[in-house]
Amino acid sequence: MHEHPGTGPGFLLLGALPFLAALALYLAAAAGVWRAGRPWPVYRSVLWSAGVVAAALGFLNPAAGPTTGSFPAHMGSHLLVGMAAPLLLVLAAPVTLALRALAVGRARRLSSFLRSPPLRVLSHPVPAGLLNTGGLWLLYTTPAAALLGSGAGHAAVQLHFLLAGCLFTNAVIGVDPNPHRAGFPLRTAVLLAALAGHGVLAKYLFAYPPPGVPTGQAETGAYLMYYGGALIEAALITVFCAQEYARAHRRGTAGGPVSSRVSGGAAAARRPAADPPVLRRSRRAPEDQRFR
Amino acid sequence: MPTDAKEDLPLRRDRSMWAGVMIGVGVMAAVDEIVFHQLLAWHHFYDRAGGTVGLVSDGVLHAVELFLLIAGFFLLASTLRRGTASAGAALAGLFLGAGGFQLFDGLINHKVLRFHQIRYGVDVVPYDLVWNAAALALLLFGAVLAGVIARRRRRTGSGTRAARPDA
Repeated sequence: MHEHPGTGPGFLLLGALPFLAALALYLAAAAGVWRAGRPWPVYRSVLWSAGVVAAALGFLNPAAGPTTGSFPAHMGSHLLVGMAAPLLLVLAAPVTLALRALAVGRARRLSSFLRSPPLRVLSHPVPAGLLNTGGLWLLYTTPAAALLGSGAGHAAVQLHFLLAGCLFTNAVIGVDPNPHRAGFPLRTAVLLAALAGHGVLAKYLFAYPPPGVPTGQAETGAYLMYYGGALIEAALITVFCAQEYARAHRRGTAGGPVSSRVSGGAAAARRPAADPPVLRRSRRAPEDQRFR
Repeated sequence: MPTDAKEDLPLRRDRSMWAGVMIGVGVMAAVDEIVFHQLLAWHHFYDRAGGTVGLVSDGVLHAVELFLLIAGFFLLASTLRRGTASAGAALAGLFLGAGGFQLFDGLINHKVLRFHQIRYGVDVVPYDLVWNAAALALLLFGAVLAGVIARRRRRTGSGTRAARPDA
């Protein structure tokens, strides 16, 4: 195995660097924010760490490499990098943390970058869903599959799915500030379309194995994509519904008993659903306000 | 007590019932997946007979069922929290959803579109009969239950819970 460039221990060490950096940056920012007197929930750091580990496992798994990979191992990597890692990373609210940790000037630059037209388009659920699920279809049903044959191509594909997965997950269940969050019906429709696209592709790969993939491997990979995907999708749907549930009850709609949380007012109602009450009550820094 | 808190609500506008329908569809789809695909292995992951349309229909249904199952529980939790939950209406919805999905699968998917059959290599007629009869029984039970609740609500009238003669 070591004769292949891109799978040796040296490569693994080098490949692990970006993930270690992502982990260190987040934890340092969380510690800095905490020291400045604004507790950052521990569970978010746990989510981020788990997300980084999931992404690293998917990226660096030698069994899924470009020259050594089996199709099921490749599919396992896809589930980790494109679905599990984005779910965990997005729920860790990295942008919120960055805005709190950065100095005012840099935070302002970050927020105007995030509000720039290209990012606004990309973070809309429809383009994000197309990049994510559409990219998957392109990869497996067109000659684009040849990309997987080289080390650089394989890494580029993995990076695409990590980023597209994060964009999509953020568009559907993002907890970071988002002044242009799409409405519940549109997000539901895009979520359903993406899940359906994923399930149909899994069955399609079972029926029509990609060129060069033996039937047995294609079938195992398709099962993994379908049922493994369903597990992660179930988690995604649960978070999606839980957010809407929390939002509906925070609003305290007519007919029901008035929720005690309604006293937070409209500004509180728009805050991310998963934010713990302690943060909602705390004095908000100007960098958070700019998104509203 | 979360039973029939909203006496005056027409059943078709009762969210408890719709939550029941959503969970019923999801549960029946899960039963189909677990019992017929995994345990009995009568159904196949991909059925050549269904072709591309069957493939797309499978994937779309899978997504919708998973969503309905989870969203149904949250809707039910929401009615509980609002104090508008009705156990009877939810149960009626559960049977209506389960029976409705079973009948849809048995008539439309198996017979009209012929995506896949219940079992292969045997005479499928008795299987079809049992399948659709079970679906009708579930549906009928749900309908009777819904009818009883709707009647009782109409009789009790606008929210006068104390005036309810029985129970």
